[in-house]
Amino acid sequence: MNTLAVAARVLAQLRRDPRTIVLIVGVPTLLEALLKELFAGRSDVFQHVGAPLLGLFPFVTMFLVTSITMLRERTTGTLERLMASPLRKLDLLAGYGAAFGALAAVQASVVAAITFGALGLDVSGPKPVVTLLAVANAVLGTALGLFVSAFAETEFQAVQFMPAVVLPQIMLSGLFVARSDMATWLRWISDALPLTYAYDALAHTASNTLDGRFAADVAVVCGCILLALALGAATLRRRTA
Amino acid sequence: MSAVTVEHLRVVRGGTVVLPDLSCEVRRGSVTGLLGPSGSGKSTLIRSIVGVQRVAAGRIDVLGLAAGTAALRSRVGYMTQAPSVYLDLTLRENLRFFARVFGAPQSAVREAIDRVALGDQADRVVSKMSGGQRSRVSLAAALLGSPELMVLDEPTVGLDPLLRRDLWNLFHELADGGATLLVSSHVMDEADRCDELLLLRDGRVLAQDTPAGIRARTGAGSMDDAFLRLVES
Repeated sequence: MNTLAVAARVLAQLRRDPRTIVLIVGVPTLLEALLKELFAGRSDVFQHVGAPLLGLFPFVTMFLVTSITMLRERTTGTLERLMASPLRKLDLLAGYGAAFGALAAVQASVVAAITFGALGLDVSGPKPVVTLLAVANAVLGTALGLFVSAFAETEFQAVQFMPAVVLPQIMLSGLFVARSDMATWLRWISDALPLTYAYDALAHTASNTLDGRFAADVAVVCGCILLALALGAATLRRRTA
Repeated sequence: MSAVTVEHLRVVRGGTVVLPDLSCEVRRGSVTGLLGPSGSGKSTLIRSIVGVQRVAAGRIDVLGLAAGTAALRSRVGYMTQAPSVYLDLTLRENLRFFARVFGAPQSAVREAIDRVALGDQADRVVSKMSGGQRSRVSLAAALLGSPELMVLDEPTVGLDPLLRRDLWNLFHELADGGATLLVSSHVMDEADRCDELLLLRDGRVLAQDTPAGIRARTGAGSMDDAFLRLVES
């Protein structure tokens, strides 16, 4: 039940900050619109990139929001209070995951509705799957954000983890350069990064090839969520120096 | 009967020895003042008793269990030195959350708000409150569910004299109800409000006695003088 208490608290904090919610929903929508206009003469590019971006935005957003929120818990002493309380670490992490997962569901639904509707993006596969994958990616972003926040002492550092942890994953995911065209060593690195599988699952949805490979992608993403949460739990210490 | 027994506690933080070898006791049902200048190791001792400080050596017994034991977490209330509450939530939202975490009934929320005299601020967002009010929100969170031991790190700093008096009265009320309170302060004139004192300097216990006992021993009139004489002797 404490998982719900944590999730409710995180959502209550977000409710106090409507501007952040507007940004979380508005920025991806704006970027999708920009993408469409940028490739106005080559609509195939927008059709190719639009859906994967839709699914990857929540990952980036929730990674950032989570790592800052968690850092705040550490620096304001609320984490110390919680570590002295009966709250289980798993409840804390799962509560964060649930709250930001819910926020991501709102984000992905609104952005998807506008992108598929007004912007005219089309996918061959089922559109709700794109939204579901977006939520899964958001939870992955939250889990990774919880983990890396342990290595940031200031908010400046935490913000830098975004380009450091997120951008290489997006670059190597296959979105910009097909993985088959990458140098072998780059592909090896790409193989080891969770976002590669997140992107692949989205690409399979876009081309409506929901086959065994798609199932494996989803399994890897879910496995990475659990792994990141476990790593996050390991960084939460009841006793600190 | 001791609520807290500390034996040969040694704490090293960032390569500096903060508590070299500290032993002390907190009597059950007492309001014990942990007094000492800033940097004397008060917060480190408090964190060790609560079980959130990594310790190098020594034994700390809290309510009959080793400090930091899971079973103690709902029996010990802890107020950190900086107000550790969520600034973007209201007082009531903060306390509701902590009540759920500590397994205290929701009725404890109203009680805690009244105890720190913030009844008219219950639905105010903490970030809009003054420093003293924030500190009382943090105190209210530590009082939730009336834990057996309350460890409060400088709960009265920056408060006006009237409020300070009220809070010390509250501490004694809680102790009369059977709770034990360990309250730190760097203001020596709060000493007379305590049943017992634990004077700390440079990570060492200068004296542990009643305020009257310390005066009698040093022959000093004020606690500041007593402190000076203890340091110089």
